[in-house]
Amino acid sequence: MSKLYSGAEIVFKCLEDQNVEFVFGYPGGAVLPIYDELKNFNFLKHILVRHEQGAGHAAEGYARSTGKPGVLIVTSGPGATNAVTALTDAYMDSVPLVCISGQVPTHLIGTDAFQECDTTGITRPCTKHNWLVKDIKDLGKTIHKAFEVATTGRPGPVLVDIPKDVQFQKTNYTKFKKQKKINGKVHNHFSQNDIDELIKLMDKASKPVFYTGGGVINSGPKASELLRELVNTTGFPITTTLQGLGSYPGEDSQFLGMLGMHGSYEANNAMHDCDLMINIGARFDDRITGKIEEFSPRSKKVHIDIDPSSINKNVKVDLPIIGDVAEVINSTIKTIKKVKPDFAKSNKQKVSKWWEQIQKWRSVNSFNFVNSTETIKPQYAVQRLYELTKNKDTYITTEVGQHQMWAAQHYKFEKPNRWMTSGGLGTMGYGLPAAVGVQVAHPKKLVIDIAGEASVLMTMQEMSTAVQYSLPIKIFILNNEYMGMVRQWQELLHDKNYSESYTAALPDFVKLAEAYGCVGIRATSPDELDDKIIEMINTDRPVIFDCRVDKEENCFPMIPSGKPHNQMLLGPNDQKENKITKKGKILV
Amino acid sequence: MANSKSAYSTPGKQGKFSTHIIVVWVDNEAGVLARVVGLFSGRGYNIESLAVAEIDPKLNISRITIVTTGTPQVIEQIKLQLKKLVPVHKVADFKREDKKVIFKEMALFKVVGNKSNKEKALKACKKYNAVILDKTNTSYVIQITALRREIDLMSKNLKKFGLVSVSRTGAVAMTRGSEIFK
Repeated sequence: MSKLYSGAEIVFKCLEDQNVEFVFGYPGGAVLPIYDELKNFNFLKHILVRHEQGAGHAAEGYARSTGKPGVLIVTSGPGATNAVTALTDAYMDSVPLVCISGQVPTHLIGTDAFQECDTTGITRPCTKHNWLVKDIKDLGKTIHKAFEVATTGRPGPVLVDIPKDVQFQKTNYTKFKKQKKINGKVHNHFSQNDIDELIKLMDKASKPVFYTGGGVINSGPKASELLRELVNTTGFPITTTLQGLGSYPGEDSQFLGMLGMHGSYEANNAMHDCDLMINIGARFDDRITGKIEEFSPRSKKVHIDIDPSSINKNVKVDLPIIGDVAEVINSTIKTIKKVKPDFAKSNKQKVSKWWEQIQKWRSVNSFNFVNSTETIKPQYAVQRLYELTKNKDTYITTEVGQHQMWAAQHYKFEKPNRWMTSGGLGTMGYGLPAAVGVQVAHPKKLVIDIAGEASVLMTMQEMSTAVQYSLPIKIFILNNEYMGMVRQWQELLHDKNYSESYTAALPDFVKLAEAYGCVGIRATSPDELDDKIIEMINTDRPVIFDCRVDKEENCFPMIPSGKPHNQMLLGPNDQKENKITKKGKILV
Repeated sequence: MANSKSAYSTPGKQGKFSTHIIVVWVDNEAGVLARVVGLFSGRGYNIESLAVAEIDPKLNISRITIVTTGTPQVIEQIKLQLKKLVPVHKVADFKREDKKVIFKEMALFKVVGNKSNKEKALKACKKYNAVILDKTNTSYVIQITALRREIDLMSKNLKKFGLVSVSRTGAVAMTRGSEIFK
């Protein structure tokens, strides 16, 4: 008879067979048998967080920066409910997570036992799938299935809920043989006809634009390489969503910058005026489209996505191509090479007028701001941070708000998987724990959380985790004492009634850093900024950087809600010239 | 919604609503109905009626029949979102007007009254495959199978003959002829 393993051992056997190296977690009554086994499995390092939400975001940071699934272990009841925000965040941004939660013993389920909650019920709408394992015989195959569901198709979070008695029970374990890349064929539902059709459209277009998103990054580094080749082969302009940053080099001349509510003037106008829009791995989110009826009214739209339910959900498209982004781009490049080897040359004439127009929009320089010698402008701080770190293969995470948009506008990414931000759910408090996860995966790399002081306080306790594992993350706080984006909306839309958006009592971040056992640095004027940033980079310990910035700076450009792409609000200079009427302001 | 102060856009034009019958084949496992129903409530889709039962005990397959209304875009989303659920095998979608499909609902009527009223009630039900399931001196329980609107009509018409209780199922559907939905 083969050896019998306990449920707790099987959990680790499965993680071993799935090549998991790190788990993020927090012990508790209902997962004690699992934690008891931890010492017997050396392939795995457990990172003890300070709050289960932190475990989830750290696992997200790990997953996004490596392309591998992030794993977290939480206890029943409050452990599971604390993880819900991170699971929802991962669901919205398509991040593969496997959450293993403890549950009260099977005979107590439904009795309102201590630390019991309906975990599978609560997490059903925020996971791709979840399982309550009531029979030890199902445990092994369920965990392996969980990894498969999390990582195939459009990735996302899954949860396996394991009652405590099942963790003690014993059964056989058969070694898991990973199938060859499951993601390929199963999810590809396109034919050569679709590719031919796409190339026909590209050939006819005189005002084309690529609009690419997080799907390119989720498809793997190969997809980003292929995207570069496709863009170069065609000579078309390209813009990316917030999640797509890094899929195409930020400094390249064909790159128009990010699009959307706070995207660049040239990207949004190109989206509005184009005659061919090729969406690759993006989902026509409402922060991207603005007013749907006036969204890119004269264009043919192509949508390449692995998830059939993304097609025609928000915007009707002319040519849907369902499949893995890398494979679709690969087929497209191959076909172009075969049918029209000199595509870029023959097309150059046709799109030259379009490029002239784009240059005109570009010359508006919409990310521009009025700099100051007195106070640190937040945009300036991000620019300096970029200039001083760009040659170091830096990983950037962010919280949510103005600082996030400034980071997206002014920090340029050369490679995929270097930019971790909460886009779909917009979770304040994401960046610090995410940085922990990124640093765990890349111990030698520079990892910076560009943060706001309000967001970062939501998960500040994870600094303690960073200190415990000597993770030298850098928390770069653009401190304006306001919830900046809330303040901005109140200024523009609610008659400057700054209701509850000012934090009248904030900790001294330098002292706070010292209390956590890390390093605190403060910068208050522009002339000392560079030196302080360099000091931060050269510190081989976790740092909290309190960058005191202009308190009333607003994030521009901006597409007001209910407006199409070609009606953007530009910066303060634009307002001085009275381009925005009073009526326009009300409509924002 | 002029002068909107919302951070979100205002609602756009809506397409025409139509009624569809969605048939879903699922693994009969714990929570599967909650997944399907939760998807509808979570995304704001309608459920007019619902019928579910296991149809293949060997393979553990249940068949869920949902009557829903929505714009063409919403109906398309319902199908695609359902197909993404792990325990879902296949999804069929029929328009209510579709002549190639049979739709049936079942209803039980309890009629209490004198003999003449009971007989009148039974007579009124005749054309809907009426069956008497229970009979006492003062009451009948009558079962009929019919379309939704026919049952609506009968529930109204039988009131005058002493209808005291109605129990009805959601619609079930099947294609006509020898073909089956793959």
